[in-house]
Amino acid sequence: MFGKLSLDAIPFHEPIVMITVAMIAIGGAALLGLITYFKKWTYLYTEWLTSVDHKKIGVMYIIIAMVMLLRGFADAVLMRSQLAMATEGSPGYLPPEHYDQIFTAHGVIMIIFMAMPFFTGLMNIVVPLQIGARDVAFPFLNSLSLYLLISGVILVNVSLGVGEFARTGWVAYPPLSELGYSPGVGVDYYIWALQLSGLGTTLTGVNFLVTVLKMRTPGMKLMDMPIFTWTCTWANVLIVASFPILTGTLAFLTLDRYLDFHIFTNELGGNPMMYVNLFWAWGHPEVYILILPAFGVFSEVISTFTGKRLFGHHSMIYASGAISILGFMVWLHHFFTMGSGASVNAFFGLATMLISIPTGVKLFNWLFTIYQGRLRFTAPVLWTLGFMVTFSIGGMTGVLLAIPGADFVLHNSLFVIAHFHNVIIGGAVFGYIAGFAFWFPKAFGFKLNEKWGKAAFWFWISGFYVAFMPLYALGFMGMTRRLNTTDNPDWTPYLHVAFVGALLIAVGIACQLIQIFVSIRDREQNRDLTGDPWNGHTLEWSTSSPPPFYNFAEMPKANEIDPWYAAKRDGEAYKVPAKYSDIHMPNNTATGMVMGGLLTVFGFAMIWHIFWLAAVSLIGTIVYFVIHAARDDQGYMVPASEVARIEGEQHAILARVRNGQTNSPVNKLEQA
Amino acid sequence: MSKKRYPRFFGFLALFSMLLLSGCDYTLLDPKGHVGVQERDLIITATLLMLLVVVPVIFMTIIFAWKYRATNKSATYTPDWAHSTRIELVVWLVPLAIIIVLGYVTYKSTHALDPYRPLESDVKPVTIEVVALDWKWLFIYPEQGIATVNKIVFPANTPINFRITSDSVMNSFFIPALGGQIYAMAGMQTKLHLIANENGEFDGISANYSGAGFTGMKFKATATSQADFDAWVADVKNSPKTLATAEYAALAKPSERNPVELYSSVTPNLFQIIIDKYEGMKPGKIVHEKKEVAGTEGMDMGKHSAAQAEE
Repeated sequence: MFGKLSLDAIPFHEPIVMITVAMIAIGGAALLGLITYFKKWTYLYTEWLTSVDHKKIGVMYIIIAMVMLLRGFADAVLMRSQLAMATEGSPGYLPPEHYDQIFTAHGVIMIIFMAMPFFTGLMNIVVPLQIGARDVAFPFLNSLSLYLLISGVILVNVSLGVGEFARTGWVAYPPLSELGYSPGVGVDYYIWALQLSGLGTTLTGVNFLVTVLKMRTPGMKLMDMPIFTWTCTWANVLIVASFPILTGTLAFLTLDRYLDFHIFTNELGGNPMMYVNLFWAWGHPEVYILILPAFGVFSEVISTFTGKRLFGHHSMIYASGAISILGFMVWLHHFFTMGSGASVNAFFGLATMLISIPTGVKLFNWLFTIYQGRLRFTAPVLWTLGFMVTFSIGGMTGVLLAIPGADFVLHNSLFVIAHFHNVIIGGAVFGYIAGFAFWFPKAFGFKLNEKWGKAAFWFWISGFYVAFMPLYALGFMGMTRRLNTTDNPDWTPYLHVAFVGALLIAVGIACQLIQIFVSIRDREQNRDLTGDPWNGHTLEWSTSSPPPFYNFAEMPKANEIDPWYAAKRDGEAYKVPAKYSDIHMPNNTATGMVMGGLLTVFGFAMIWHIFWLAAVSLIGTIVYFVIHAARDDQGYMVPASEVARIEGEQHAILARVRNGQTNSPVNKLEQA
Repeated sequence: MSKKRYPRFFGFLALFSMLLLSGCDYTLLDPKGHVGVQERDLIITATLLMLLVVVPVIFMTIIFAWKYRATNKSATYTPDWAHSTRIELVVWLVPLAIIIVLGYVTYKSTHALDPYRPLESDVKPVTIEVVALDWKWLFIYPEQGIATVNKIVFPANTPINFRITSDSVMNSFFIPALGGQIYAMAGMQTKLHLIANENGEFDGISANYSGAGFTGMKFKATATSQADFDAWVADVKNSPKTLATAEYAALAKPSERNPVELYSSVTPNLFQIIIDKYEGMKPGKIVHEKKEVAGTEGMDMGKHSAAQAEE
């Protein structure tokens, strides 16, 4: 009846796990209690959970990313403290069966459930606004993607208290991840969490590609799209091309584990190396999916705060495209040590190095955007400058790893760990945090506190250097990754320093949480009344903050690269149109939520081999979707009078700002 | 804010130069084998080449950000300047030039340092067959007819031909002080050629996570004089233990932090038998007939590498 599931699946004997689970349970109960107490369930359901508004979906993605950042970071602190303690023969406090789950979960969570939703959230909020669209091409699909991600998040977190997570490393290489070596449910949690969220990502990629191709405001040429939209578009090209590889690879592994296939096993004709190739054929494009949108954020931030056009807009687009295409041809550099032969290794090494050319171009373009500008040192700018310095180092160590002869000694060492945290923290995460601060006023109508934002930056960047520079050194000392204890006294001080670095980053994260709290508390003093708090260049700044649910009362004009900059220059900005028209908008729907819920049950049932429940939930998902599709919901019209009323309120505010009748420090400061 | 950037940056430079210049703690920067020395030199050459771009970029970031800060009204301000063909050419061509040089270095070094390439030496090489097990290393000396667990001894200044496979999950065979690593994979044979330039005892590890006992999967590699090596082999030949089929089956069961074992004899052709039991790569092919070219059996990764010259 319950497959492999029994009470034994709950790790009562693990105090660390049980305390964590208890804290999550208490926190969750408190949250649900508060929602009930303030009678917010209806609001939450109608305004957020069933919403198909890209801005709200984006906000929900980012909330998930931040929660999962805390979870993944807790794993990181556990690992660093274990390694700081387990030196010179001490076993530390985490036995291998627990420690091995932690580093696997850390990798999966940070990449799939932190970085991906953060990027997807920013893209959701910003891209439709930047191209002057009222929503994405397929609003319901967007909601479904969100709930598929949530399914994955739920499964990963359930694995903490029910059963176990994989002990394979986040790459889950067979044969270790095959039934013979990993008989528990850990790998099954891994498979289904990634499958469901990966499906959501693929749908997001399709959705946003169609959105930029079909939904741009009249007059906006493809090459004139803002650079953040372009980098997201390249990321979506990569998603559509690479995520199906992940889906297929995991499906093969599923066949091996569930139906006794031998696709990746050692024996009976299986080939584990095929998995390694396929995994990285997805895995390498994946890191560019993470970094390209961050590059877009930096471009927007630098050009806005330096008060200049972005240097080499077209060059940036081509560079991003070159990175995307080359990113598909380099996967073998993750395993030069498989013994593929010198010619194969040389090809993939050289292909990898080529990527540093367009990346270098981007760095120079940002530099020449700052050149002869007027750079305002806001928190997003600090993140960007910190990125430019840090990423240069990470890029260099990356190219070093691309040289097979160097990789033979550095492969799988802590040098590699230091390298990819160098580019993912110093590149992607800094970019997302910069983008969060940059577009926060657009999404919520008030600015984030600058002081706490800057404090967060300084703790994060110093913590990063203190935590990861010792790992570069340890790599040169011959320390390999995924060790759970060490016995080399030379390594010990470096491991202690790295732990201090993790604590500094913890302070940085605390500063961010305080920043959010303080900003919400002081929101009335930091209102963005005009919708253009930074003197921006692109269309998202032409509408109010937060934008009306239809984004634009009439389709904005876009005849050049920075249309909002042009509108302000030509005195076309903030004009009241002669008359408003009805606006066609999609209806909210709970279908995404229901399907996501049923698929979560499906995943859980598959993990525990409760096949009747898996069948019921899968059929339920399909039936519910068919019913949804058969309803033929054509959306609704917002009457012109309603649009006129909403726009009228905003124009009244704008008039007050123009006449200096408000005390908004935000808009006064920036328009000076 | 910008002022604060300087100390951090110089701190980093100091750390990095420390990395490059430091002494014996840094195994990879003070290798004890010819292969490792070349790999170290390659790392340093490539790093210096890249610093040609990286250092200017870091300095330009700091200098531009400071010079063109909003409060510095004396600096030139050109809000509409967004294109310069000349600068664009430079920013594409300078990285390209460096990558061409680095690419040349990479191409040459990848072939020179191919782990399958036998080392050039007048001394007759020693062959050691390596089997990764859960979670220990089995070493077979086919020429001497002995076997060991978690310990190898070999003469210094003599090329060592490692033949590597796994009877379990994937591992990576790595002696950091001597040079690069290569994966150990079931049903396949990989090759690694190393040499020790001096006598010494070196750490050997698995560099690819392989499960619960991975951390303890270590061995010692000792380079000695030829005479000491011969004496050691004679010692092992007097060891009471032997490695026949039953003993191997017991050894292959998962175990952690195994002590060193010495076997005075070993099932003939055990290494090939271990590879062959995963027949998958070449199903149906009878592989026991050509014993003298055992090196090409199983799935020999990298058939087209320099290793062919050896056969």
